[in-house]
Amino acid sequence: MGIPSKEEMQQALIKRQGKDLQEKLENSTVAVCGLGGLGSNISIALSRAGIGKLILIDYDRVAITNLHRQQYKASQIGMYKTEALAENLKEIAPYVELKTHTVKITDDNFEELLSEADVICEAFDNAEAKAMLVNGVLEKLNTKYLVAASGMAGLDSANTISTKRITKNFYLCGDGVSDVANNISLVAPRVMICAAHEALMVIRLLSGNQEP
Amino acid sequence: MVKINGTEYDIAGKTLAEYLETTSYDPKRIAVERNGEIVPKAEYGKTVLNDEDTVEVVSFVGGG
Repeated sequence: MGIPSKEEMQQALIKRQGKDLQEKLENSTVAVCGLGGLGSNISIALSRAGIGKLILIDYDRVAITNLHRQQYKASQIGMYKTEALAENLKEIAPYVELKTHTVKITDDNFEELLSEADVICEAFDNAEAKAMLVNGVLEKLNTKYLVAASGMAGLDSANTISTKRITKNFYLCGDGVSDVANNISLVAPRVMICAAHEALMVIRLLSGNQEP
Repeated sequence: MVKINGTEYDIAGKTLAEYLETTSYDPKRIAVERNGEIVPKAEYGKTVLNDEDTVEVVSFVGGG
């Protein structure tokens, strides 16, 4: 069996998710800022759901210590995460449009990098970087939706992770408190739960639903 | 009274920066919204908290 055609993939998405949602997602662009445990999982969920275009941003390379929770393969160690994830996404969803930026997101470049996006996902692991991006987007790109995450380390219950609407355009996922700095590790399923909260909120927003 | 993260404080008239100094928040890790709008970081010192304001301080933790 070869790779299905674009039309076959579209028909399958319409069959599973409905024509209305398929069209909305196909015509949308989402930026994923950071391609670690959150961002790699968010990107896979959105690609599978039929998002039209993803902007993937990360400056780092795949490390052996990433494999316990991030959607990369042992064979991809050493590759830039942008390139490795693009490769993996194209295997899953060959017709998703990808734009990759292998750069560090800063106060000086985020506006240009994110200008095309309908929804911006904050998926960093560093708390100060999270705050920088959230403040920047809410101050300077305030017509866009922003979905961010805080608190998914450790082995607390899955049920403590939630999605909250903080302002009109800003949604925050996570338990809000479990800090990786407190010598607690990140485990795949709990990070994936938080990533799934972000991805689902993105899809809900693109479908026209603004409730968290 | 000013409602901050769900708790009421008798601090109307103080600036946001003055309030934050009394807390353990790390200024580099927070975003603050007041009455539904983000408060730009550069304006914490001149943002005077008014009676009946609702403020949410989002303090980010690491991990992702």
